[in-house]
Amino acid sequence: MLEKRIVVCLDVRDGKTTKGIKFQGNVDIGDPVEMARTYYHAGADELVFYDITASAEHRGIMIDVVERVAREIFIPFSVGGGIASLDQMRSVLLAGAEKVSLNSQAVNNPGIIDEGARAFGNQCIVLGMDVLADTTMPSGYRVVIQGGRTPTERDVLAWAREAVDRGAGEIVLNSIDADGTKAGYDCIVTRLISEAVSVPVVASGGAGTPQHIETVFRDGAADAALVASMVHYGEYSVADIKRHLHGAGVPVRMDGVDVG
Amino acid sequence: MTVGVVDYEAGNLKSVETALLALGARISISSSPEELLTTDRLIFPGVGDAAAATAVLRARGLDEAIRSFVATGRPVLGICLGSQIVLDRSEENQATCLGLITGVARRFSADLGLKVPHMGWNQVVPTADHPIFAGIPSGASFYFVHSYYPSPDDHSTVLAETEYGIRFASAIARGNLTAVQFHPEKSGPHGLRMLQNFLDYRG
Repeated sequence: MLEKRIVVCLDVRDGKTTKGIKFQGNVDIGDPVEMARTYYHAGADELVFYDITASAEHRGIMIDVVERVAREIFIPFSVGGGIASLDQMRSVLLAGAEKVSLNSQAVNNPGIIDEGARAFGNQCIVLGMDVLADTTMPSGYRVVIQGGRTPTERDVLAWAREAVDRGAGEIVLNSIDADGTKAGYDCIVTRLISEAVSVPVVASGGAGTPQHIETVFRDGAADAALVASMVHYGEYSVADIKRHLHGAGVPVRMDGVDVG
Repeated sequence: MTVGVVDYEAGNLKSVETALLALGARISISSSPEELLTTDRLIFPGVGDAAAATAVLRARGLDEAIRSFVATGRPVLGICLGSQIVLDRSEENQATCLGLITGVARRFSADLGLKVPHMGWNQVVPTADHPIFAGIPSGASFYFVHSYYPSPDDHSTVLAETEYGIRFASAIARGNLTAVQFHPEKSGPHGLRMLQNFLDYRG
């Protein structure tokens, strides 16, 4: 049976892992390569690196991080943040990433999804969506860009369907309302999108406890759950999460995890 | 010992390369039939479209090179699309494949009500003894990304099975040719162990 994935997210700024709350006030929390290695050995199923580097001249640092990560971990990982062209996608994929994640750039230029899917295959193209609850939108959710700072006219459901039609092979759905709150994922929007598209949906934003993850798998129909702060600060380990899910009857990869 | 990796424009070879290098293998990534035929064992990875991939193989004479290599008795490993291309044909754009193992690559039916592609970690249960599974527990999880799966005619060519709505052949073999639908290079320690087993395998 296909297992539910635990995806550990590392925000990287100028080559350092960082974590902010609602995209404000970031603090450095470690070396991304070292953290990737630790999570790989701890049983993470997949990693995501978001490059939130402020300046263009520091972008090359990210490629170096990706190359070093690729030499040490042998699970899939994706890279997102600021990727706006086929050349940028190619450099990230050739550095060893499995997938690229497109977010604001795809909203501004949807054709980049088609181009990326044609050049590298749908399985390489992840659509990252930041969403905000908004009762004026048909689905009840609005797509926002630039880390949640800029609202768009796009409805979340319509955009998810369009992106998949264009060739996106996976969607990472991040609730700006829930992000950083540790109060649980938004299961309503997650289920809405997961049931509307044929590709896997990764729930993001709001994870605080293993129970939250179980809930988004059951009630949100998520295929994978993204975690960040709940594992970065040692509150829970990947093994804690997996033991909880395994005990609750959710299929997860237990290789390397002590059943306890 | 050199491992040849067939480069035929079917996806990114980087992860296969880094995994083999991490195991200390000497590798030769090439699209030249002559070069590949001088190697000691051969891997052909690949993602993407079966029809496009087989067209490139033919245009470069790599289809004949793979057949000749298999005929030498040296070990050959197909990965992902590589496990479909060894069959007679694929339902994907009605591709004619290499015909090294009798059977067809079929698409997961929409009637299963499951997401396609089958993407993520799933359990691989060996149904036959084979050195490639040495030291790997039955039911260990491997990473999959695919919409088509190998459906060999002869059950004796099935090495392992995986369940996704249906039970399908996730590893197949005939003689010195082994092919896996999942990605050992992205499947953590068990995946690396499988690649090491292939490097140690005498065919």
